[in-house]
Amino acid sequence: MAHHVQNYNLDQKFDFNSGIKKPILTVLVIGAVLLGIGIILAMTSGGHAEEGAEAGAHAFHWYERLFANIWINNVYFTGIAIVGVFFFAIQYAAQAGWSAPITRVMLSLGNWLPFAAILMIAGFFLMGHNLFHWWHAELFDPNSSEYDSIIDGKGSFFYWPMEKGTFPIFYVARMVIFFGFWIFFFNKFKKIAAAEDQLGGTSHWFKMRSWSAYFLVFFAVSSSIAAWDWVMSIDTHWFSTLFGWYVFSSWFVAALSAITLLTIFLRGQGYLEMVNENHIHDLGKFVFGFSIFWTYLWFSQFLLIYYANIPEESVYFVERLTSDVYGPFIFVNIGLNFVLPFLVLMTRDSKRHGVFLKLVCTLLIVGHWIDFILMVQPGTLGHNGGVGLMEVGSLLVFGSVVALVVLGGLAKGNLVPKNHPMLEESYNHHI
Amino acid sequence: MERDTHFILGVYEDEDVLLHAVEQVRSSGVKIHEVFSPYPVHGLEHVLGYKRSRLPIAAFLFGLLGTSLALTMQFYMMKFDWPMIIGGKDFAAVPDFIPVTFEMTVLLAAFGMVGVFMISSNLKPWAQPRIFDVRITDDKHVMAIDIANNNAMEVDKIKEILKSSGASEVNNKSFE
Repeated sequence: MAHHVQNYNLDQKFDFNSGIKKPILTVLVIGAVLLGIGIILAMTSGGHAEEGAEAGAHAFHWYERLFANIWINNVYFTGIAIVGVFFFAIQYAAQAGWSAPITRVMLSLGNWLPFAAILMIAGFFLMGHNLFHWWHAELFDPNSSEYDSIIDGKGSFFYWPMEKGTFPIFYVARMVIFFGFWIFFFNKFKKIAAAEDQLGGTSHWFKMRSWSAYFLVFFAVSSSIAAWDWVMSIDTHWFSTLFGWYVFSSWFVAALSAITLLTIFLRGQGYLEMVNENHIHDLGKFVFGFSIFWTYLWFSQFLLIYYANIPEESVYFVERLTSDVYGPFIFVNIGLNFVLPFLVLMTRDSKRHGVFLKLVCTLLIVGHWIDFILMVQPGTLGHNGGVGLMEVGSLLVFGSVVALVVLGGLAKGNLVPKNHPMLEESYNHHI
Repeated sequence: MERDTHFILGVYEDEDVLLHAVEQVRSSGVKIHEVFSPYPVHGLEHVLGYKRSRLPIAAFLFGLLGTSLALTMQFYMMKFDWPMIIGGKDFAAVPDFIPVTFEMTVLLAAFGMVGVFMISSNLKPWAQPRIFDVRITDDKHVMAIDIANNNAMEVDKIKEILKSSGASEVNNKSFE
């Protein structure tokens, strides 16, 4: 016992210097080169286009693969950004003390949200027609040979109050409202945090707790609907009632991994010296536990569809498991996102030492990206998808740009909430 | 002198005093038999220098046993003993086995862990617990020192150390 609270430097600020920027920019350039080579390769190979035409669908163009890629990364990093804010709000709503010094790290992920909003909304207008099957007017025309009564029945979810097949105003409105509120809450949190740093006192903590509660209610609804809109509606005929949770859990594990990596990185740089292996242990437990939560949802969705074997449901897994392109990735997905964290992070020691966590968290971020590839690609690209240079390149480009934005945002404010009323409790955190 | 029969007991009122006393008593060379307290005292196992419990290893092994038992059982029943076609699936439809496997893993890990804990803590139903001091179930912390384990030191010297470490009482206790 007998903890003597040391005098930590509470005014520390993250210095985003060129030594840190350079490696990120290098990754960005490597990613851009890979993406460029991938695009050129896709443009020059004509074999796939004919196959697409044979299958009766419209001819496949190389840029559709680029579109799907951009959409996957858009949705994935939007999720990581908003879950960072979500995890921050959870800390306040649950009145958590242990996490006080790393709350700003969580919140910093939200810096990507304004960029994500622009990319998502612009991306939808530019690429939506290619990505989303339901954005084809002839599906809703009873006189057309392409008429689809099932999609017609679901049409109002996209087009209300306008006529089906015209402009999906309901869908766009939801996207704008979600991003609007998410960014509003993020800015609110940032503002209260800045005021707390300047003025002190406990009133800001109480204010933050109330706003966190409001945000959590909004997020509970919006994250689910966002998952239906942005991901599930790609396979327009198909539906799964737990899809919103499934997408959320994938986002959550990825964001927890990002927060853990960021915390370990900052500690390695000499910041956050009050964060010790007990806090890292707790983050590790979150990563471990929610990896199992993800598996639980993944398997719940799979088992019920497999067991009931109703054609309109099982088509989703038939499309993936019987495909040469996607079949192996199903097992990569389970291996990276369940078997690896389950076995590696099971022991206490592996959660307390950075080496294992760094390895597992990096692989989890890749693993959940593959999860999103499996959700989006089969419905948009058919058998023309896969993980190639274009995919790896765009992940590196997106990842490094997000890292630049997030770290840039982190450098602007205080790294430690120096007037957080539970900072002292966090110093003495011991498990 | 016989081991595990004659003890010196230091009675402590406060958990903070107790924690410091444990450190002090250990550093003066006295070997502590056991410390009893009415509620879990945070950090006590740390100052007593106890090694980390190996219970998680037992839990893992029992869990592994549950996994393999469940899979063996289902494969044997569904594939060999009484094959049945259910929902047009294979006889050995592995995804169907997972929920039962999961439950058996959890069940055996939990039961195994509780069983191992009870055996290792001597909590069998017919065990006769030794009460060092009835007040440890109420509001006193008691540090027990086995005299036979501290042959090198005079009994009076041990009592002296206990007193100076903050014990409110120092008593003798012998068991049959």
